[in-house]
Amino acid sequence: MTGVVRGSRLGEGLRAYRLIAGMWIRSAMTYRASFVVTVCGNLAVTGLDFVGILLMFSQVDALGGWRLPEIAFLYGLSVTAFGIADLVLGSMDVLGSRIRDGSFDTLLVRPAPVLAQIGADHFAVRRLGRITQGTVVLIWALASVDVDWSAAKVLLVPLMVLSGAVIFCAVFVAGAAFQIFAQDAAEVQNAFTYGGTTLLQYPPTVFGKDFVRGVTFMFPIAFVNWVPACYVLGRPYPLDLPEWAAFAPPLVAAVCCGLAGLAWRAGLGSYRSTGS
Amino acid sequence: MGSGRLYAAVAAGGFRRYATYRAATLAGVFTNTVFGVILVYTYLALWDEKPHLGGYDQAQAVTYVWLGQCLYSTLAIQGGGAEKDLMDRIRTGEIAVDLYRPADLQLWWLASDLGRSLFQLLGRGVIPFAFGSLFFPMALPTDVTSWAALLVALLLAMVVSFGIRYLAALSAFWLLDGQGISQAVMILGIFCSGMVLPLNAFPGVFGDIVRALPWAAQLQMPADVLMGKTDPLAAYAFQAVWAVVLLAAGRLLQQAATRRVVVQGG
Amino acid sequence: MDVAVDETGDAVTDGAVDGAVDGAVDAFIELDRVEKVFDVRKKTGFLKRERRQVRAVDSISFTVARGEMVGYIGPNGAGKSTTIKMLTGILTPSGGRLRVAGIDPSRERTRLAHRIGVVFGQRTTLWWDLPLIDSYKLMHRMYRIPDARYRENLDRCVELLELGDLLDVPVRQLSLGQRMRGDIAAALLHDPEVLYLDEPTIGLDVISKAKVRGFLRELNTERGTTVLLTTHDLQDIEQLCSRVMVIDHGRLMYDGPLAGLHEVGESERTLVVDLERELPPIDAAPARVVRVEGPRQWLAFPASESAAALVARVAAEYPLVDLSVREPDIEAVIAKMYAGDAEAEKAVS
Repeated sequence: MTGVVRGSRLGEGLRAYRLIAGMWIRSAMTYRASFVVTVCGNLAVTGLDFVGILLMFSQVDALGGWRLPEIAFLYGLSVTAFGIADLVLGSMDVLGSRIRDGSFDTLLVRPAPVLAQIGADHFAVRRLGRITQGTVVLIWALASVDVDWSAAKVLLVPLMVLSGAVIFCAVFVAGAAFQIFAQDAAEVQNAFTYGGTTLLQYPPTVFGKDFVRGVTFMFPIAFVNWVPACYVLGRPYPLDLPEWAAFAPPLVAAVCCGLAGLAWRAGLGSYRSTGS
Repeated sequence: MGSGRLYAAVAAGGFRRYATYRAATLAGVFTNTVFGVILVYTYLALWDEKPHLGGYDQAQAVTYVWLGQCLYSTLAIQGGGAEKDLMDRIRTGEIAVDLYRPADLQLWWLASDLGRSLFQLLGRGVIPFAFGSLFFPMALPTDVTSWAALLVALLLAMVVSFGIRYLAALSAFWLLDGQGISQAVMILGIFCSGMVLPLNAFPGVFGDIVRALPWAAQLQMPADVLMGKTDPLAAYAFQAVWAVVLLAAGRLLQQAATRRVVVQGG
Repeated sequence: MDVAVDETGDAVTDGAVDGAVDGAVDAFIELDRVEKVFDVRKKTGFLKRERRQVRAVDSISFTVARGEMVGYIGPNGAGKSTTIKMLTGILTPSGGRLRVAGIDPSRERTRLAHRIGVVFGQRTTLWWDLPLIDSYKLMHRMYRIPDARYRENLDRCVELLELGDLLDVPVRQLSLGQRMRGDIAAALLHDPEVLYLDEPTIGLDVISKAKVRGFLRELNTERGTTVLLTTHDLQDIEQLCSRVMVIDHGRLMYDGPLAGLHEVGESERTLVVDLERELPPIDAAPARVVRVEGPRQWLAFPASESAAALVARVAAEYPLVDLSVREPDIEAVIAKMYAGDAEAEKAVS
């Protein structure tokens, strides 16, 4: 019974998301020139950190013992997964200003789940830029890494991208929940979202052990690419993890979603609106 | 003297305005610290592979990272300072009011942006830098002169940073596309300032070009001045030349823009 | 819609009330000792913060019958918006019982959303860069309004609110008054049973105000839509509402007809007269001159008195150039009322 209700709520949410995202796309289309410029700009911005990596490799042959194609593999996975999450829920950082100016209230009186409405808020097609750029690097990496491909390894690649995207989505939702408590502190979530995707572009061997433990067990983004990528590339895991840990990403993603959902509920329950 | 006091008041206003966003400032401190830690680890790995890259040793590379995090919002390296407000005013047409103010438009915004810079330096910059020096090996000078020399380089860097963003903001008079400009400011700012990699470590001709652009005055020069990697006077000269060129260009563009507004208004 | 009044003075409608509220069939909106308490943290020193509880709404009880049109007024920060936000489910009450159409708003906010319409005075819900009609199409689909119903409601709103020429205009190009009319239409396309309006005429010019008021009156009489509006403009209340509620410091100070409010509050209107030349203060009791500035004089008179009689008398006896009547400032009325209330309390104790 609850399954049916949940299902219909999810359906309602997706429907509302589609409707609102459509409105934002049409709004963006009214400034056609600006739209083209920002799409190109987005491609360039996201491409720059890969140029940074290329610059580093113009000086060295390996970083933390990993060679360029391997790092490109990490990079492609991290950026593509994050890019998808960014496209789907990336504008959640406007929540803080929506609460401040009171327009969040207007979303609460609509017959659609608020999470879907705020998720679709400021939906921007230009964010496809990051996904495109990440995918290009990923394809190049797949073609250049030296791997004995097995069925499991092949399957793991799309699984990583999807689970990674879901994990980052959960981070965005948790960040949005946090903004309900601290509207002005929206930037904190950048540390976890942009910081997270930047971190995952470099191999785990670069970072301190405690740091790696932190991003494996506490803030488990190591499962976006580090752990499964080590399995694919035949490298030792960053920590003494069991062999099957490479296939844990969907599980980790599910747990993250659950926790983010709870955080969002708690946040919404404590919402106190502005004024008075 | 009276106008000096006016601009001091404008600067103080810019400082106070940003000082009211306490939670945002704390959030920024946190984010800059996290990014600093990530960058430090990657730089340590890089300098491990290639010691003395760009003429820095590991401790100096770490110092560079934390100075970068310290100056990130101080110099509005990815934008978001006075130019954002200015572009908003151009878009809404409120700029016309500013033009009739009995104060110089450019100096007014410069003062306001310097006030903002100073707050960001104290409120957002100092803590990540201190955090870095506590937990990572850094190459910090122990003499007062080096620090004093840094302050001069910082002031010049603030003016150059403003000069770049003021030009970008004024272009909104003709382009009417704030988003595209903001994005360009961000891309060039992050990359050419050396936020991704110290400009010293950029290879070949590409490196030579990047090191001659005005963005080199923002992070690279202050870092080299602090760590004694360059003659401070040469660094100041480089920064000052760019500051003058940018402000002069800003003034020319401002005059053209003013004429445009007047024509449109009539 | 027929409205009968029973002995207790409560209005009873013949409209069917679904989701019957235990016993009280007539109450469409029902508040029973509703409270909202906010924790406020105030800075008292560099790092010291004092925690304090603020009762934004302090044990308010009232019922509104289906088809009523009620003005909800009070000074800024009195708790008006907080009440509306609880009625719409945006905020959860800290205590008491609250039902709208038999639904607990904060628990079933999305279900209630289909049955209510909300217009936030200075915050548009329309899509800034898109033609007005696009916002309506979104409402059509989001509320799942049957096509025929949508067309009918839209046509009606377009006609009465004179939106015909505006449908294809991007919202950012609309004037404040046009936008407000657009917002009101957007809130009504799904046939809400109750409409909440927060300052619907604030900042509008006289013509826009008249259009909005006319439309609301029509909506209420023709469709029987229950309307609850907050306002600072006493004329909104005078022209629209049979009933007014005054709230101050989170408490309900008055609930009844507007005329009664003037009596309770001993409010005064002001007649401003411009004479041909400077003259000694006009003598026209019960009006009294409160201010003289050159040939212009301000006369205060009880709000319950007729202005016409006073104007006639002044015009007959003095060389008039121009005159205008100023309505009592609602804040002043309430301030007086509040002072009176405090005195009454003192007298009792």
